Amino acid sequence: MYPAQFDYYRPKSLKEAISLLKKKKDAKLLAGGHSLIPAMKLRVSSPATLIDIGRIKGLEGIKASKTSVKIGGLATHAAIESSPELRSACPILAEAAGHIGDIQVRNRGTIGGSLVHADPAADYPTVMLALEASFTLTGVKGKRKVAADAFFVDLFETALKPGEVLTDVNVPVMRAGQGGCYIKHRHPASSYAVVGVAAIVTLADGAVDAVQLAVGGATPNPVLIKTVHHALVGQKPTPAAIASACENVAEAIEDPLGDLYASGEYRTHLATVLSRRALTEAVKRAKKQK
Amino acid sequence: MSYIGKSVKRVEDPRFIQGQGRYVGNIHLPGMVYLAIKRSPYAHAVIKKFRTKKAEAHPGVVAVFTGADLVEAGLGAMPCGWNVPDQKTPIRQILATDKARHVGDGIAVVAAEDPYTAVDALELIEVDYEPLDAVIDARKTTDVGMPLIHDDVPENTSYEWSLGDKDACDEAFAAADHIVDLELTNQRLIPNAMEPRACVAQWSGPTEEMTVWTTSQNPQPIRLLLSAFTLFIPENRLRVISPDVGGGFGSKIFHYPEEVITPWVARKINRPAKWVATRSESSVTDSQGRDHVTVARMALKKDGEITGVHVTTWANMGAYLSTFAPLIPTAFYITLFAGLYKAKGIWGEVYGTLTNTVPVDAYRGAGRPEASYLIERLIDVAAHELGIDSVEIRRRNFIGKDEFPYQTPVALQYDSGDYHRLFDKATSMAGYEQMRAEQGQARNDGRLVGIGVSGCIEASGPAPSAVAGALGSAVGFWESGVVRVHPSGKVTVLTGSHSHGQGHETTFAQIVADQLGIDLGDIEVVHGDTGRVPFGMGTYGSRSAAVGGSALVMSTEKVKTKLMKIAAHQLEAADEDMVYDTEKGVVHVKGSPERAKPFAELAFAAYSAHNLPAGLEPGLDETSFYDPSNFTFPNSAHICQVEIDTETGEVELQRYIAVDDVGNVINPMLVEAQIQGGIAQGVGQALWEQGVYDESGQLVTASMMEYALPRADFFPPFEIGRTETPSPHNPLGVKGAGEMGTIASTVAVANAVMDALAPLGIRHLDMPLTPDKIWSAISSVGAASTAKVEYFGGD
Repeated sequence: MYPAQFDYYRPKSLKEAISLLKKKKDAKLLAGGHSLIPAMKLRVSSPATLIDIGRIKGLEGIKASKTSVKIGGLATHAAIESSPELRSACPILAEAAGHIGDIQVRNRGTIGGSLVHADPAADYPTVMLALEASFTLTGVKGKRKVAADAFFVDLFETALKPGEVLTDVNVPVMRAGQGGCYIKHRHPASSYAVVGVAAIVTLADGAVDAVQLAVGGATPNPVLIKTVHHALVGQKPTPAAIASACENVAEAIEDPLGDLYASGEYRTHLATVLSRRALTEAVKRAKKQK
Repeated sequence: MSYIGKSVKRVEDPRFIQGQGRYVGNIHLPGMVYLAIKRSPYAHAVIKKFRTKKAEAHPGVVAVFTGADLVEAGLGAMPCGWNVPDQKTPIRQILATDKARHVGDGIAVVAAEDPYTAVDALELIEVDYEPLDAVIDARKTTDVGMPLIHDDVPENTSYEWSLGDKDACDEAFAAADHIVDLELTNQRLIPNAMEPRACVAQWSGPTEEMTVWTTSQNPQPIRLLLSAFTLFIPENRLRVISPDVGGGFGSKIFHYPEEVITPWVARKINRPAKWVATRSESSVTDSQGRDHVTVARMALKKDGEITGVHVTTWANMGAYLSTFAPLIPTAFYITLFAGLYKAKGIWGEVYGTLTNTVPVDAYRGAGRPEASYLIERLIDVAAHELGIDSVEIRRRNFIGKDEFPYQTPVALQYDSGDYHRLFDKATSMAGYEQMRAEQGQARNDGRLVGIGVSGCIEASGPAPSAVAGALGSAVGFWESGVVRVHPSGKVTVLTGSHSHGQGHETTFAQIVADQLGIDLGDIEVVHGDTGRVPFGMGTYGSRSAAVGGSALVMSTEKVKTKLMKIAAHQLEAADEDMVYDTEKGVVHVKGSPERAKPFAELAFAAYSAHNLPAGLEPGLDETSFYDPSNFTFPNSAHICQVEIDTETGEVELQRYIAVDDVGNVINPMLVEAQIQGGIAQGVGQALWEQGVYDESGQLVTASMMEYALPRADFFPPFEIGRTETPSPHNPLGVKGAGEMGTIASTVAVANAVMDALAPLGIRHLDMPLTPDKIWSAISSVGAASTAKVEYFGGD
C-alpha cells in the first residue's frame, strides 16, 4: 500500500491554502485523510499535490447561536459526537457522527472532508439534507453559501468549485416540539451505511406540523422524501399513520444502488422500514422536547 | 510445583503488548532492496509480451526479472505435497510465463531501493495480454466449451476420490424410512491473518549460506521444499526462520512463490531483499479456504436412527494445487462423515476441479468444518422433517462411551469420547428445555427465534506418518522436541512445532516444568528457526500439544532417567531404587527422602563429569521424535440462539454455549481463548464472510470494504464449558483445541437461523446468511407475521 509520489504543503492560514489550491495543478486538500489516504494507497487517487489544512487554527470550532450552530469544516466526527452544544442544540447530528466508522476514524476524520467526498454511503449527507443545513464555501473571491440539497450533485460529486474549501457547516437549532433520529443499516465490513435514514419531526398540539425525512445509501445522493411530510402533516403521529406515510418512501428511491451485500430491491425495502423506525423514534423524542 | 491445568499467563505477551514482537516485517538489513511483484489483472490470459525497459531505467530500480529469468536460472516449479491416486498436478511456475491463471498470479518482480519506487516501477512494466474466458464454477469445469486452464489437466479436473462402503450405503437408502436431500454450498473464505505474508533473504557469499525469514507456520518443511524443489540451495546451507508470526489459520502452511523469488533475487544481485504483501495482495495470493458445492442425502429410520450418508462434492481447487490442497477435500473431509454417530452406510466422492481463482487449501478446520457443516445440516433437516428434537435425534445416534476405540466406516478409529456427558453439560448450561419453551412462546408472538445445535468431531494431529504416506502425503507428521538442560540447571526447549499466536512458549514450558519439577521461569522455549531446532513439521491441524508436547515428554523422560542414574551413583544406591520427585524437583532414594539430590546440582554434575557412573556420557541434552499412533478426536456440543428481525432479515446472535472435550487441558485460559476465537471465526462464515468471483474471475470481495470479518461487538459473551475425556494414546492425554470452535460454530449458527425460519417453511439457505438473503426468502414465502406452522420443539 504505497501511494505514488506527491508534493506536500502545509499552509499556516486558510488564505494561504486557497492560494496554493489555485496555484498548484492537480492539488487535493488533506484534512483528516480518512477517505483520501486509503484511495491514494490503493493508487485509485494519485494527486500531484497535497495541501494539508489539518493544522490550520480556527476551522475546527463548534459555535451555537440562538437559531443555528456553526461547525468548522475541520471539526472531527468525535468532536461532533461529543460536543455539548450539538448534543443540546442539534442532537441528531451528534447521533449520526457517533455512527461513523470506529473510534479511530472518528478521531481523525472531519465533517468537511466527509461532506466534500460525497460518498453515497456516508452518514452526514443524509442528516444534512434532513436538517436543511447549508455549507459555507470559501474561495479566492470570497465566501458563498450553498444549501445541502444543492450541494450534493452526484456520486462523489458536489457543487464545490475548484479552488474552494468547505469552511463551515450551518445547522439549525432544533426547537421545542422537534425530535430527530438517525438510524442506519451498517455494512458489516465497511461500517458505512447500506441505508441510513434521518428523520426530524415537528409536533404542534399533538399533531405533526412538519416532517423532514432523508434517505441515504440507496441512491447516489441522499433524497429528501417530501411525500411523507405531505402524508403526515396535520395528522396525529400514530403508528398506523406513520406506517402508512412510509409506504410512499419506496417510490422516491429511483434506480437504487445495488451490490453483492444488498440489492437495490433490499435497499428500497430497508429505506421503508428504517424510515418508519426513525420517524417513530423522532416522534417519541419530539414529545419529550416540549 | 504443578503448572499443567493452570491458567498460566502467556510469557510471550509482554513483548507483544509492548509492540516488541519480532516479525519478518521488522527486519531491516544494511543494503536491503525492496521487492514488488507485478500481478495479472486478468483471471485467464495469455501473456504475449513484456516490456521492462522503462521500469529498469526508472531511478531507484535495481533490477527487474520475469518468469523467464527464473526458468533460465534453473529454478523449479512450485510443488504439491499431497498426491491422491491418479492426481493430475498442473505445473505452477514461480512466476507465470505463458499464461496468467488467476487475478493476482505473479508475472514479474521489481527490486528497488525503497518500496515506493518498487511499486512505481510496476506501473512501468508493460504487458500484452490476450484475455481468455475464465472458468469459475467448480461444478461446471467439465462443461462443453469450457476453456482448458492447463493443457495437461483434461476437463480441468485434477482428481476424483471416494471413500466408504458403497454397498452398505446403497442398502441403507433402499431400506430407509426417510431420506433427506440437500444441496449446499460451503462458500469460499479468505483467511486474512492479521500479519500479511512477508519474506526477507540474505545471501552470504563467502560462506555460501542463505538465510530466509518467512511468515511460515512450518519453516522446516519450507526449507526442505526450497532445497529440493524450487530454489535448490542445499539444506545444510539454507537457514529458514519464522520469528513471531501474526496468525496463519492455515494460510501460512504453504510454500509460496515469494519465498523462492526473494532469496533468489538476494543472491542474484548480492543484496538482502525484502518482500511484504499488501492487504490487497493477501486477498489475491494467500491460499483461500472451503469452496465446496455438495449434493448430499441422508437415510434414516423413522425413529431418527441414521443409517446412511451419500455425498458428492465438487471441491474448487483454484488455478493450481497449493501445497496440501488435495488432502483437504479428501482425507480430511470424507473421513469425518461419521460425525459422532454410529451410521454404517457412509459413502462419499469428491471431484477436485480447477478454476481461474486463487488456489484453495487448508483454512482453520480444513475439510472438517465442511464435513461437520454437511452432516450437522442434514441431521437438523432430518430432525425437522421427522419431528424429533434436534438434541434428541443426535443422542439417538451417538457412539456409546464404552464403544471406544471405535472404528468408523470411513477409515478413522476414534480414540475416546463421552458424547452424552458432553451434551448433558451443554444442555444444562444452556437451560435447553427452557430455551425451547421460550422459543415456542416467541413463535406464538410472531417472532423468528431459532435454536441451533451442533455436535461435531474433528481429527486433529494427523497421524501416524505411515498412514499419511499411504493416503498421499509426501511428508510424515511426527514432531521433534529437544530438552537441553544447561550446567546451571536452566533449560532450553526446542520444538519443531511453531507458534503463530497459540502460546507455545507458555504451554510447552508448563509441560517441561511439571515433568522435571522446576520453575517455569527457568525454561525458555525456542521454535521457528531451522538453525536452532531440529527438523520438525510445524503447526497446523491442532497438532502442537498432542504431537509436539508428547515429543517433549519423551525428552524429559530421557533427562530424568539420566539424572536418576547420576543420583544413584552419587548416593550409592541402585538405579531402580531412585525416585524422581517432580513436586520438589529432586531425585531421592526410595523411602529416604532426605537422601536427595536437587535438579540443578545433578545437571551440573552431568556437565562437570567428575563423578558419573561408568559408561554414562557427560552432558544433558535430549532429543526425541514422536510419531503418534493415531489422530486425537476432540468433540463438541454447541448450542446457540438467534433472533431474526422479521422486517429486515438481520440476525442477532443472542446466546452462544460451547462445551468442548479436548481431552486433558494444559492451560485452560489458552484453550478457552482458542475456542472463543474459533467460534468467532466460524460464525464469520455462517453470517458474513464470502469470497466471491464474478464471471470474468475478478474477486469482488477483495478488500475489507466488502469482505466482512467479524468484530468483537458482533457477538454476545460466549458461555464456555468443557468435559475432559483424555486421549488414551499420547502421554499427556490431550487432544487438539485449535480448530474445534470453528468447526462447530459455523453449522450451529446456520442451524439456528434455519430453525428460526422453519415455521415459514424455509428449509435451507446457503451461507453467508445475510439480511438481504433472509429477507428475500421471507418475502418469497409471504408475510412472516401471519405464518403459523406446526412445530415439534419446546411445547
